[in-house]
Amino acid sequence: MSSLSVLILAPLLLFCFISALVGIWKLKWSYAAAVTGVALALAAAVAGLCRVLADGELRYFLGGWPPPFGIEYVLDHLSAFMVVIITFIGLIAVIYPPEAGLYHTPRRGIPAYGLLLLLIAGLSGVVVTGDLFNLFVFLEIYSLASYALITLGGDKAVVASFRYLILGTIAGSFYLLGVGFIYFSTGTLNMADAARLLPPLYGSPTIMAAVALIVVGMGIKLALFPLHVWLPDAHSYAPPVVAAILAAIQVEVAAYVIVRFMLTVFQPQYFIDVLPVTTVIGWVAAAGIIFGSVMAIAQKDFKRMLAYSTVAQVSYIGLGIGLANPLGLIGGLLHILNHAFMKSCLFLVAGGIRHQTGLHAIPQFAGLGRKMPLMMSAFTVAALSMVGVPPTAGFFSKWYLVLGGIEANNWAFVAVILASSLLTAVYFFRVIEKLFATPSSGDPAVEQAKEPPARILSPILILATGIIVLGLINALIVSYVLQPVVALLP
Amino acid sequence: METVYSLKPLLAVLVSLVAVIFIVIPGQRPNVRESWTILAALAKFALVASMLPLVLQGKSPAITLFAISPGISLALRVDYLGIIFGLSASFLWVLTSFFSIGYVRGIPEHKQTRYFASFAICLSATMGIAFAANLLTLVIFYEILTIATYPLVLHRETPEAIFGGRKYLVYLLTGGVFLLFALAFTYQLSGTVDFQAGGILPAQVAKSSVIMLFTLFLLSFGVKSAIMPMHSWLPTAMVAPTPVSALLHAVAVVKAGVFGFARAIGFIIGPSVLHESGAAGFLAALTAATILVASLIALRQDNLKARLAYSTVGHLSYIVLGLALFSPSAWIGALLHIVNHAMMKITLFFCAGAIHVRTHCDSVSQLNGIGRQMPVTMAAFAIASIGLAGIPPVNGFISKWYLVQGSYDVGQMVFVITFLLSGLLNAGYLLSIVVRAFFAPSDKFTKFGEASPLMIVPLAITAILSLLLGLFPDRVPYFFQLASNVAQSVLGGGGL
Repeated sequence: MSSLSVLILAPLLLFCFISALVGIWKLKWSYAAAVTGVALALAAAVAGLCRVLADGELRYFLGGWPPPFGIEYVLDHLSAFMVVIITFIGLIAVIYPPEAGLYHTPRRGIPAYGLLLLLIAGLSGVVVTGDLFNLFVFLEIYSLASYALITLGGDKAVVASFRYLILGTIAGSFYLLGVGFIYFSTGTLNMADAARLLPPLYGSPTIMAAVALIVVGMGIKLALFPLHVWLPDAHSYAPPVVAAILAAIQVEVAAYVIVRFMLTVFQPQYFIDVLPVTTVIGWVAAAGIIFGSVMAIAQKDFKRMLAYSTVAQVSYIGLGIGLANPLGLIGGLLHILNHAFMKSCLFLVAGGIRHQTGLHAIPQFAGLGRKMPLMMSAFTVAALSMVGVPPTAGFFSKWYLVLGGIEANNWAFVAVILASSLLTAVYFFRVIEKLFATPSSGDPAVEQAKEPPARILSPILILATGIIVLGLINALIVSYVLQPVVALLP
Repeated sequence: METVYSLKPLLAVLVSLVAVIFIVIPGQRPNVRESWTILAALAKFALVASMLPLVLQGKSPAITLFAISPGISLALRVDYLGIIFGLSASFLWVLTSFFSIGYVRGIPEHKQTRYFASFAICLSATMGIAFAANLLTLVIFYEILTIATYPLVLHRETPEAIFGGRKYLVYLLTGGVFLLFALAFTYQLSGTVDFQAGGILPAQVAKSSVIMLFTLFLLSFGVKSAIMPMHSWLPTAMVAPTPVSALLHAVAVVKAGVFGFARAIGFIIGPSVLHESGAAGFLAALTAATILVASLIALRQDNLKARLAYSTVGHLSYIVLGLALFSPSAWIGALLHIVNHAMMKITLFFCAGAIHVRTHCDSVSQLNGIGRQMPVTMAAFAIASIGLAGIPPVNGFISKWYLVQGSYDVGQMVFVITFLLSGLLNAGYLLSIVVRAFFAPSDKFTKFGEASPLMIVPLAITAILSLLLGLFPDRVPYFFQLASNVAQSVLGGGGL
């Protein structure tokens, strides 16, 4: 069953077309097809993860062509971990009802669900492929799908999407250029093959330039400060479900690409000692954490606050890469998982509030906590996890990052992680205080607000429960999934 | 101590957490809701008390749940130190639950379901802190306690209450952040975070690392212990309903900070390592200054609860100063003062609450002659005040005796003087209230009228117990023996 990696992609691509086609007649069918597709992909991803845990790496040669001639798909600990996150969050997002998640039910014939599946397929493809150029193809697939999906948010979203398109295309071109340099130098596009051929060429300026191009390209995709400028608009104007996927998994895939190049395509030493890649990423991320948190404090719009929070939170992942020791990288990778749960939960809550009350600005939220106790409790759990209160998941990413920072003797990074907890507390407790402790201003939207229906509530509650469960079982994830990944580090 | 497997520590933590569900569900039927609170409180106390005989035999009930980080388990273990804190907090929760019912119905308070639910979570967290077998477990419950107290501080939802809540969070979350750092640093230095009497730091650890680790602990536990200048959240938090101030801000939350110091000094860093580093002298000086300054500020407070809050600030530093002295007597005194101060201070807060419900007086200057209207309340107040001033036969005398003896043992006359001077100041700011209540003329309080029995009985019990603990410190529940066992295990026979 080494074909599991392809079995993850197949239902996504197949149902992407089915969903788009049946959507022409009835939206309901399109929704059902999308849910089926992602559910099948999730099942395959979980099966893949179990196989990887039992037997180690699974390799599959597409069409039976062995590398370096054919395209190879690889499911190892890192990609299995990522693809499970992507398909799980994808499934939750797709299940979330369109009237809340996409602001309104899309008009017949608009392939919103087809695009969502295409986005998820592209993200999954990036993490399971073992081929440098194939990775670029999937990168463009998910990028194009997200440009289109962002525009569903209305007029401002179209402009935001266009800005993202320009920067995203630049990022993609940088990546392609970098891969081109590697191809000219080694004559291969297969990752494992390149890894074998590259070490003698480490001194070559071409390869150094390739690394620089790829890292900068992915830095744009990862919204590393100061390359984050596209993110706040795109994420705050996109519809909640799209924003949830973008913030929770799409941005993080760029971090995966960097880690993949660092660990698999190159030797970690090359990124750490020979080129100062990890050092640069670390410091840029540290600046991004502070910048994103401070900007989030300044926001009044709930989704915009979440968007700036994403800038800060993805920088935690960057910081983990920057620490370049096992504990630090574990913290960063674990944060991909934790952040996926927290941020998607928060964006779905934003969608729920908007659907039930039409409100989107934090000052208007006064008194909502009593009207929607369950949804707001879920929000509180996610917010506490963002702050890093144990035993929620968010605490443990910080715990490993701090351990990594101390091990690296990098006190500045430790200080940044700790200070950012407090900044995060400022912008989330501001909302909690509004929801639960500030008396309602008498706004009819708040007075008549009711708990959302179960269809909206249950995905949110699943994510909130997940946040606590992930915190409690983090040791299992770390020892079985992440420690084999970081074993390559010195 | 020999470890024996037992579910009881886990149950003692969980019982009030489970009760939260039953408190929230019948939210609209107060009697059903409150009976769950009482039931949970009694069950928790019974569970903790039932572990006492085992602990006294030198066996420690323990349970290891699962790994929460590779190499570190979520684990509970009841030792001498843990049961002192666990027993006093769980016992006082029973009394506070009755008192709370009388208080919130007497006012009447809004959002009572949230109030009782948060209270129950706080007590789960407190038990978790008391019984944590390692620092990571302690940190988890410590942070839960911080968060669960927040809704109680801003309970009134007035602008002052919201401000108090914000200030509370800023101080305590900052402390929590330093605690995470201290936890990680401990793990990095020693490769383990399990508590062990005498400390876990390896012998070759650098002096600078010890000082840094100790500073981190000071910045984290110092906040909940309200050591100056990290104390100012505590007087502000007095905006909370009085039972919250009574149990949480005189017993559970602040003693969690003090308890953290006992764990950090005695069970993580180790007295000998800390003594060599010389860092404890700084803590001793800081706490001595806190004792005197807080007492002086208390003298000037007209608001009764603010005066009690500053008194708490001073008495918490008694305990931490005792822990920083490395003499068995000082440790015994400090640990006994955890219990004794809890008993006396909760009495005073109960009295303040009863006065507030009955007369709506919050200022000391309004209390002239109130002893004629509320004789039982003010008699209890008088007993607790005498105790806090360190006058026999109330229990405060016992702990202060050992604290003074401990300071004398290590040759620090300056701390002897500090304790004695602070006793005088205590008498000044507390007994003056008693004098005012019984002897000052007033035509405001003429007819007899106590608050409801739900409030009077708990405060009478704590006052009587303060007296009994002073007369028989070595009887059931053997706090003296427990405290000397802790001192023995941490410091060895003679101290440093």
